[in-house]
Amino acid sequence: MGKLYKHHLFWPLCILAALLLFNLLYSPDFFSITMHDGHLYGSLIDILNFGAPLILVAIGMTLVVATKGIDLSVGSIVAISGALACLTISKGTDQNALGLIVISILLAVGLSVLLGAWNGLLVSVAGIQPIIATLILMVAGRGIAQLVTGGQIITVSSSKYSYIGSGALATLPFSIFVVVLMLVVALLLTRKTSLGLFIESVGCNPTASLMAGIRANWVILSVYVFCGVCAGIAGLILSSNVSSADGNNAGLWYELDAILAVVIGGTSLNGGRFYLTGTVIGALIIQTLTTTIYMIGVPPEITLVVKSFVVLAVCLIQSDSFRAAIFYRWKTRHYPGEKESIRHVS
Amino acid sequence: MSLNRKYIPIVVTILLFLLMFTAGSFRYTGFFSLQVLMNLLIDNAFLLITAVGMSFVILSGGIDLSVGSIIALSTMVSASLVQQHGWSPAVVIPLVLLMGAAFGCGMGAIIHYFKIQPFIVTLAGMFMARGLCYVISIDTITIDNPFYTSVAQTKIALPGGSFISISAIIALIIAAIAIFIAHYTRFGRNVYALGGSEQSSLLMGLPVARTKVLVYTLSGLCSSLAGIVFTFYMLSGYGLHAVGFELDTIAAVVIGGTLLTGGVGYVLGTFFGVLIQGVIQTIISFEGTLSSWWTKIVIGLLLFVFILLQRVLSANRSSLKQ
Repeated sequence: MGKLYKHHLFWPLCILAALLLFNLLYSPDFFSITMHDGHLYGSLIDILNFGAPLILVAIGMTLVVATKGIDLSVGSIVAISGALACLTISKGTDQNALGLIVISILLAVGLSVLLGAWNGLLVSVAGIQPIIATLILMVAGRGIAQLVTGGQIITVSSSKYSYIGSGALATLPFSIFVVVLMLVVALLLTRKTSLGLFIESVGCNPTASLMAGIRANWVILSVYVFCGVCAGIAGLILSSNVSSADGNNAGLWYELDAILAVVIGGTSLNGGRFYLTGTVIGALIIQTLTTTIYMIGVPPEITLVVKSFVVLAVCLIQSDSFRAAIFYRWKTRHYPGEKESIRHVS
Repeated sequence: MSLNRKYIPIVVTILLFLLMFTAGSFRYTGFFSLQVLMNLLIDNAFLLITAVGMSFVILSGGIDLSVGSIIALSTMVSASLVQQHGWSPAVVIPLVLLMGAAFGCGMGAIIHYFKIQPFIVTLAGMFMARGLCYVISIDTITIDNPFYTSVAQTKIALPGGSFISISAIIALIIAAIAIFIAHYTRFGRNVYALGGSEQSSLLMGLPVARTKVLVYTLSGLCSSLAGIVFTFYMLSGYGLHAVGFELDTIAAVVIGGTLLTGGVGYVLGTFFGVLIQGVIQTIISFEGTLSSWWTKIVIGLLLFVFILLQRVLSANRSSLKQ
């Protein structure tokens, strides 16, 4: 039993379960899933489908955070990637041509690689703080996205392109499979090869890892590139879901949601350790929270207040000083169950 | 004439501003006038006030992402109290200022006493303030209170036929006070010391806790004052006012030559950083064909150049030390 408490997924899973339970009590048909035209429909499927871009971005962000970095530009990359893909398709003569779709996807992902590499170069080679380095692309990126779309919302009418965001494979939304694929790739790379260890080592101490023979710069660079690619694919899913690209609003606040998902998942912002599965659960919690708030009929804007409390609570629990303060409390009161209570918060 | 190394960024900023203004004057007729210069101040008064508060935060080695949301919250609270509850502006304005200061003070206390990164605490503050706006109302509240409209429309005539608004004068006064605080008071010196090295300031016996909390309080106060000025400017309260404003503010401070790692920089630089952003916007509006997104791209590029410049300068200095 004690071991269960200590597992890093215990609290995130509890929160998720509590949210789902609340939804079940509030609307009994929350868990019902119906089959229609070979698609599965239901609130749970919706959460997975609408949460897919966030999960993707958060997976990339997890690795960046693990190197003690942060990527503020993901929202802008989401917007740029979607804008470029939609622009390429809208310029084509036959919007349903498979070749055109493939080219537009490759272009968008290629650009995301470049943008990620730009962030990575600034952080690793130029040695600029991650917050600041990615701030540049965050500010300029939205301008670039608007430049690509010409300040308009580009709409495309391509059924093949919209398949990415709203198509179904084996009765489940196609976007879920994209997410699972990226998650598996990330998990295999970080847990079955020594890459994960390198990332954690660089997050703990870049200089020491360099002394130990790890090319810290390459690790940092590749992590930002991976984050860029994840954001780029998320941009494709988002834009294809609504069949349009909006340079101004696509991916707005994504960086914050992604960071929140990473933190809820148990990854410390101080770098050095990361939990990809925790991040996925964190992203699902955020998406469920949003869906729940929509369903109850509270103005969706209130999510912001709730989110702010969640961020603060999670950070306070992670803070050593805060834990020490609580520990001190218990100690002066000679609380008998002292050890148990400490285990709860850590 | 040899120039002290520490003045290079601020000199670059001022030269850049002069260069852009001169280029604009040569290119567009009617650009070179006192009124265009005054309009820079009038249109960017709230940016200047916020950036002044942000300068202190960044000088102390922190960052404040909540400024844009506090501006929105201030416009919302003012509009709601004045318009919907019929309170007097004489009560509302001090109340809003107090609210901003308390908000900043709370964030500063959490940052210092629980040792959580400023980035994440102010991010939570940003969510909270923005969310509270919507708790008040999700619609725009228009203000037609006589006091607000008269302040908004007052034009103080200057020699040469140009004019300046009350907001711009408030901003100038705030900037002057900030320059005094930063360079001629004990608090200012503590802020610089804290930004240089928190460990050392602690060992030197400087009041680190008080300074840190005060810096965020000051930033909250400046943001809410900027919110009030913004209310004069827009004559409305709305939860989506000043979205993404924190980045403009940080950009202004960085372009002004303040080092983001803290400890190096001048409030005067921030003043010119704000003016540079204003000039970019003015040039783009004079150009007419260029669209607003170029502002973002140009500011992003400038940000990049200045960060790289700072990086090169600070790298030089540390190699000199060795």
